[in-house]
Amino acid sequence: MGRVTTLNVNGKKLTIDVDSSTSLLSVLRNDLKLTGSKYGCGEGQCGACTVLLDGQATRSCITQVGRAAGKAITTIEGLEKDGRLHPLQEAFIKADAMQCAYCTSGMIMSGAALLSKNPRPNKDEIITGMNGNICRCGTYQRIIDAIAIASAQEVSK
Amino acid sequence: MIDELAEIDAIETERYELFELPGYKFHFHRRDFIKAFGAGIIFIVPLSRALAQQRGQGESGRGSGREQVPDDIGAWIHIDEDGGVTVFTGKVEMGQNIRTSLAQAVAEELHVPISTVHLTMGDTDLTPFDMGTFGSRTTPTMAPQLRKAAAAAREVLIDLAAQQLGVAAGSVKIVDARFVNHDKSKSLSLAEVAKGRKLVKVIPENIATTQPKDWTIAGTSVTKVDARDFVTGKHQYTSDLTREGMLYGKVVRPATFNSTLVTSDTKAAEAMPGVKVVHDGNFIGVVAPDQQTAGRAASAIAVDWKSPGQPSTAELFDILRKPTTERRGGGEGGPGAARPQGSIAEGLAAADKKLEQTYTVAYIAHAPLEPRAAVAEWNGDKLTVWTGTQRPFGVRTELAEAFHLSEDKVRVIVPDTGSGYGGKHTGECAIEAARLARAAAKPVKLVWTREEEFTWAYFRPAGVIDIKSGVRNDGTITAWEFHNYNSGASGIQIKYDIPNSDIQFHPANSPLRQGSYRGLAATANHFARETHIDELAHALNLDPLAFRLKNIKDERMRAVLEAAARVFGWGQTKPVNGRGVGIACGFEKNGYLATCAEIAIDKPLGKDADKSASKVRIVRVVEAFDCGAVVNPVHLKNQIEGAITMAIGGALFESIQFENGKILNPKFSGYRVPRFIDIPTIEVVLVDRKDIPSAGAGETPIVGLAPAVGNAIFNATGVRLRSLPLAPKGVTPNAKS
Repeated sequence: MGRVTTLNVNGKKLTIDVDSSTSLLSVLRNDLKLTGSKYGCGEGQCGACTVLLDGQATRSCITQVGRAAGKAITTIEGLEKDGRLHPLQEAFIKADAMQCAYCTSGMIMSGAALLSKNPRPNKDEIITGMNGNICRCGTYQRIIDAIAIASAQEVSK
Repeated sequence: MIDELAEIDAIETERYELFELPGYKFHFHRRDFIKAFGAGIIFIVPLSRALAQQRGQGESGRGSGREQVPDDIGAWIHIDEDGGVTVFTGKVEMGQNIRTSLAQAVAEELHVPISTVHLTMGDTDLTPFDMGTFGSRTTPTMAPQLRKAAAAAREVLIDLAAQQLGVAAGSVKIVDARFVNHDKSKSLSLAEVAKGRKLVKVIPENIATTQPKDWTIAGTSVTKVDARDFVTGKHQYTSDLTREGMLYGKVVRPATFNSTLVTSDTKAAEAMPGVKVVHDGNFIGVVAPDQQTAGRAASAIAVDWKSPGQPSTAELFDILRKPTTERRGGGEGGPGAARPQGSIAEGLAAADKKLEQTYTVAYIAHAPLEPRAAVAEWNGDKLTVWTGTQRPFGVRTELAEAFHLSEDKVRVIVPDTGSGYGGKHTGECAIEAARLARAAAKPVKLVWTREEEFTWAYFRPAGVIDIKSGVRNDGTITAWEFHNYNSGASGIQIKYDIPNSDIQFHPANSPLRQGSYRGLAATANHFARETHIDELAHALNLDPLAFRLKNIKDERMRAVLEAAARVFGWGQTKPVNGRGVGIACGFEKNGYLATCAEIAIDKPLGKDADKSASKVRIVRVVEAFDCGAVVNPVHLKNQIEGAITMAIGGALFESIQFENGKILNPKFSGYRVPRFIDIPTIEVVLVDRKDIPSAGAGETPIVGLAPAVGNAIFNATGVRLRSLPLAPKGVTPNAKS
């Protein structure tokens, strides 16, 4: 099994030394202490672990770290720029789109990927794009609202 | 104003929720508080019951400072020398947003901005004993206590400020978080008043708090207080914590419940670098320097388990019908226990139509998105465990018992948790992590896998409900006999005015481990009752709303029914082909609700369309809810929407399948929970009763959805479904419809 020694995370080159078959989620959380990405199911069913690989929403719990090497990895910790929240982070606060908020990181990463591909999604497109993410507290309607708010902001810029 | 204490006593305890009474009480000394929290001013909040006992003893917040420190303390508030306000409460935050709503209550009474109020929650070394965060009790019990404390604190602070300013107490007011005299020529900040003090004050009971109609901070949609930490991923849940030198744990589980360890071979695991195997009776687990090694080591252990033959899903309802001991009405014979009214025989004799039906509910899983997790650390014989639980003091007791420690040697700290829904009352993971940490002599983190959470936690009880009823042709219900087997007594009492009733709950020997769940048995009891009521209305050819209103005098229940019906447009139009509408109402934990649902039957397409079941899609839900004075409208709406969404799972498709001691679907790929695609348009109608004390609202809004949807399916298809989940594989409409 090969080793992975560097990762490009949130615009920084980070040094690690892990087996390439280790899950990306485990490396992010345990080796790099980036704990914003969450473990929820380990089978890619809930989306709590979602990160971006070269802009693509990816379930880090079922992605081997070897497949992320050389790619630009963006986690929830990397969305804030110079102390300014990403419009979707702002929108989640505005729409009160969380309760326990354990799903929130994954929701925001999936939503950010959706908006970067489709800046003005309609409700059906949001539902289809986000259906792989579970919010057990049931704040789906508010998450849809938050994505719509962020979408409108982006367009008005 | 309803007497608050009488209201509290009137709520029955629930057998699946209250596992035990507090084991012992602290005896506090004033110097302990100052030692623990530093200089400033500390206000001690006695429990409501203690308040009741002290009534009439002439206590005053402006007294000499020689009051007894009460044994039963609900919370305390510390004002530090920097003017920061910290509230200490044993309640925990797991998504219900009480960190926000309690801060609103304190900020309101102290007349300070909410940003200066911080809550320290669920830490057994820092916060007073609390039974647990369940039963929707925080808003009706903790919030009023904190309000009184903050109001009393404000008066004491005004006195102190007046002395410091050298003016009469009556002339000092708080304006923009500053104490000012009558002409605003002199002023002090909160920090300046608290500076250099070492005061401990017991708050008096006879303190007036702001009435809901005058609220300015409470009653408004304040944003979740630490929302920024959650949207940036900074918040540290238990599973995110790290301690110096921390190792990772993994428990080796048997394939089936009730297994006994016969032999084990741990050589291969022990040969792995840094791995330690811990074997103690039936417990076997490993610790390792990293998560992957812990997983590999656990898999390398070969265990021979012996297990007995065990029941399966198919036999469930027969098993539950064999009661253990007879009990009537209110569960554990609590204050809400009901006596039979009138005579069922006479009521049935007076009826024009009689109906007898059975309803069932399945075991379902809480599946909180954060599975059980714990970090345990020993310092000598003192144990500290961080864990997500709804009962920090209960878990402390479990740990003390498991390790033969006195409770003062155990500290449980609960970081704001990734939800619970009644599923995190117990301390299994905390005990396992502590056992591994003791053997390793290092801190250990243990995070359950999703499969472990589905298998080794506990379930919402399954149940069987038999109802026998009688009704006259004019729509008057004459008899109501109701038997609930196993699922519980919550929400079993009726708001229908029926002269002859006999309502009983029968405990059973549950084949699976079961416990609390959001709303508990209120979901099962409302499903059975409100489905049966719909069946009676249909049998009489009466409108289901009119039939309910004919049999209900309670004005709050009528008000929510009428509010929901109005917004939904009940009876205004006939649903189009393939659609149906249903209504249900309910009452539990001082909350009243009415739910209207519209569903669509989506016929399958393709060549096998005629043979396949149709999919049930919930199109629209309107729920009216009255929980007294509304504390935070946006968070209340969020809770109600969340409860309705969670209810969709139990109503339509969630069900734990088991066979011979095994859970057959312990994964999200085998256990479907509601997703974006399942969500109807949800409209919440808040009936804000500023004249009635606020009740909790995290649970009760869950109970109306299942019967409203079941009744809507009947309306659309003519098929009456009497088991939850209603349509895990869809529904096959009757030929005639």
